[in-house]
Amino acid sequence: MPDATGLELIAQRVRESVGDDSVTDTIFYRGRATLDVAPQSVHDVIAYLRDDDQEPWDRLMSLHGVDYLPAEPRLGVHYELLSMERADRFNVRTRVGVEDPRLPTVVDVHPTANFQEREVYDMFGVVFEGHPDLRRILMPEDYEGYPQRRDFPMGGEPVIYTFNEPKLPRWYD
Amino acid sequence: MEVTRTKIDGDSLRVRQLKAQQLLRGELEDADLEREVEQRLLFTKLETAQNWARKNALFPLGFGLACCAIEMITVIGSPRNDLSRFGAEVTRFSPRQADLLILSGRVSVKMAPIIRRLYEQMLEPKWVIAMGACSSSAGMFNNYAVVQGADKFLPVDIYVPGCPPRPEALIYGIMKLQDEIMGDPSMGWRERYRAEGTEEIA
Amino acid sequence: MTEALDVPYRERERSVTMESIGEEHDELLTINIGPHHPATHGVLRLLTTLEGEIVRDVTPIIGYVHTGIEKSCEDQQYWKVIPFVERMDYLSYYFNAMAFCLAVESLLEEEVPARAQWLRVIHLELNRIASHLFWIATGSLDIGAITMLWWGCRDRDLALDLFEMSGGQRFHTRYFQVGGVIEDIPPGFEEMTRKFIKTMYTRIEQYLSLLDRNEIWLQRTKGTGIVPLETLLELGVTGPLLRAAGHPWDLRKAMPHSGYENFDFTVPVGTVGDNYDRFRVRVEEMRQSLRIVEQALDGLPEGPYITANRKVALPPRHELATSMEALIHHFKLVTEGFRVPAGESYAAVESPRGELGCYVLADGSSKPARVHVRDPSFVNLQALPEMARGHLLADFITCVAMLDPILGGVDR
Repeated sequence: MPDATGLELIAQRVRESVGDDSVTDTIFYRGRATLDVAPQSVHDVIAYLRDDDQEPWDRLMSLHGVDYLPAEPRLGVHYELLSMERADRFNVRTRVGVEDPRLPTVVDVHPTANFQEREVYDMFGVVFEGHPDLRRILMPEDYEGYPQRRDFPMGGEPVIYTFNEPKLPRWYD
Repeated sequence: MEVTRTKIDGDSLRVRQLKAQQLLRGELEDADLEREVEQRLLFTKLETAQNWARKNALFPLGFGLACCAIEMITVIGSPRNDLSRFGAEVTRFSPRQADLLILSGRVSVKMAPIIRRLYEQMLEPKWVIAMGACSSSAGMFNNYAVVQGADKFLPVDIYVPGCPPRPEALIYGIMKLQDEIMGDPSMGWRERYRAEGTEEIA
Repeated sequence: MTEALDVPYRERERSVTMESIGEEHDELLTINIGPHHPATHGVLRLLTTLEGEIVRDVTPIIGYVHTGIEKSCEDQQYWKVIPFVERMDYLSYYFNAMAFCLAVESLLEEEVPARAQWLRVIHLELNRIASHLFWIATGSLDIGAITMLWWGCRDRDLALDLFEMSGGQRFHTRYFQVGGVIEDIPPGFEEMTRKFIKTMYTRIEQYLSLLDRNEIWLQRTKGTGIVPLETLLELGVTGPLLRAAGHPWDLRKAMPHSGYENFDFTVPVGTVGDNYDRFRVRVEEMRQSLRIVEQALDGLPEGPYITANRKVALPPRHELATSMEALIHHFKLVTEGFRVPAGESYAAVESPRGELGCYVLADGSSKPARVHVRDPSFVNLQALPEMARGHLLADFITCVAMLDPILGGVDR
């Protein structure tokens, strides 16, 4: 993990090369460095971190989505980067709202993101522009709704105990 | 080394063979005939014989979904708990040739129509064992993605609880299925503890 | 046709090569190696486009065991999440629990006592051996060496006996808890494990003598399924697949956790990256795991097996009779669970299939707000089209067998 000062230096370098408004925040917590990035510059930041930075982060280990309800903007996408030469991890994060969740894809930078972006689309509804094959991957193709959002109901059946047994309609079915 | 020889009531093997030949040729008289028939022939109903053959040669469908599948493969494949002593080791992978569907693992919403189609492709008579908690009743997964129990879309004969059930538990379930096929649902606790005729007072 | 009959048989055989089928023949047939198939290691659906017998393209379709585990975890207390997470990659259950426990412990900044760390290492390595045994059993079954199924399952039963001794159950023991392990190992465990290690060394020799000198096995696995190293790295592949291609990336050596730096073991690395290398890398990993378990047993330190922080770990039962605070802690932990301060963390371990990472988002309550597991099989599956292109269908099945996907982890 780059420590807090290393994180600030990385943030400064990213701001210089990609754009001043690309980095919105830097967080260093429990030994983990997170760079908060504006949604539209994600692709450029990840490409910069892979190619041009003096400390390149060349492997994308995990791309996953988070629903930060009730904090706005709700949906977050994490990019967990790894550098194999330095055995170090780095995290890049963007936040998008639920109304228009669009992000540029990073499949051209890291082909490993293919299935993982499809999973984020399937579970959270984040549309990755430029993805070659954005379809549902885990749920059936015609499923409606984005299951892992926090306001999606858990589903399943209510558990019947003796105190609520008569209240559940047609529990004997 | 000591070798003991026992005579079997005057009938050695060769004599028995000759007697059997005479029986088939119709050369025996009444008392002899009665005795031979009693010793040689087994009378039963056709259904019982059929059931006996069916239960001792179950062909499970080679079908595994999740963690319980590994226990099922251990049951079929491991020399310690081994299903071939009950005649059920031949797992046929084509549903047309199998007669036992062991639903081992969680049944997800995407997989349920496929399992239904597999079940319909199997030929009568067919049985279903819901192995494990997840296929019996969705186990711990009370959520949107798991069908809450395989009996929502399949008729299940035997439920084997456990997460995953021990191989011995699965073998016990298969033996209970064998009893059910034979038309004799014994091995209930009343028979085991010799408590026939008792009543439960709730 | 008659002039072809004059050519001797061996030459005719040799003349049917990949190149000869080439461009003239462009009938492509897309078949569905469906979710129910003997060779797909779970419910994996492969849409295969064949040209004759050669695979031109394959699309894996997954989701048939999707259980919504990650969503269910948001509704459970932290220690209740452990059984859920264990059932993801269902052959390496201890690794799932380990990644989750590491992530939560880093959020809590919890110290795990030394004995607990070494016990964790013992169980992790035993689980690696059990997982590789099952892989070799079913993988060989796919390729045709059916004896390995019986042998692999037999030896796996020995390892599962050890797990039953320590954790009470063969599979999915809730043995790893946040802060340590749930119980100390019983007396007799060490002796049985040493016996197991001794047996396994000879057994691995037997497996190699059965497979490694077998002409059919060598012809089927050597030279098939080669993917260039750069493609594997781009696709995010980790684990034995990457090591077989020559890249020595192993999280146990590179970013060790939980005391792995104290053990002396080597990481087997292949050269060519074909299926034979993958097979040999995994078998050698089994041997190295045996070495680690032996060293861990030799140097197992005394001490507590779970952290002494009563706010996180249950107090020992005998204290409940005398101490009021212990009773209150027990009550709070069992009914509400421990609270984790808000934050995010990601922890990764080296599972038998690659890097298994767990991301936990905590929001200050006793239930996690998001648990995501970066499963190695999910990412490794993207390498399957690359491995399969241009191979015969039989070699494609070998590729799937050597890829070792576990669909529980792929679908979660």
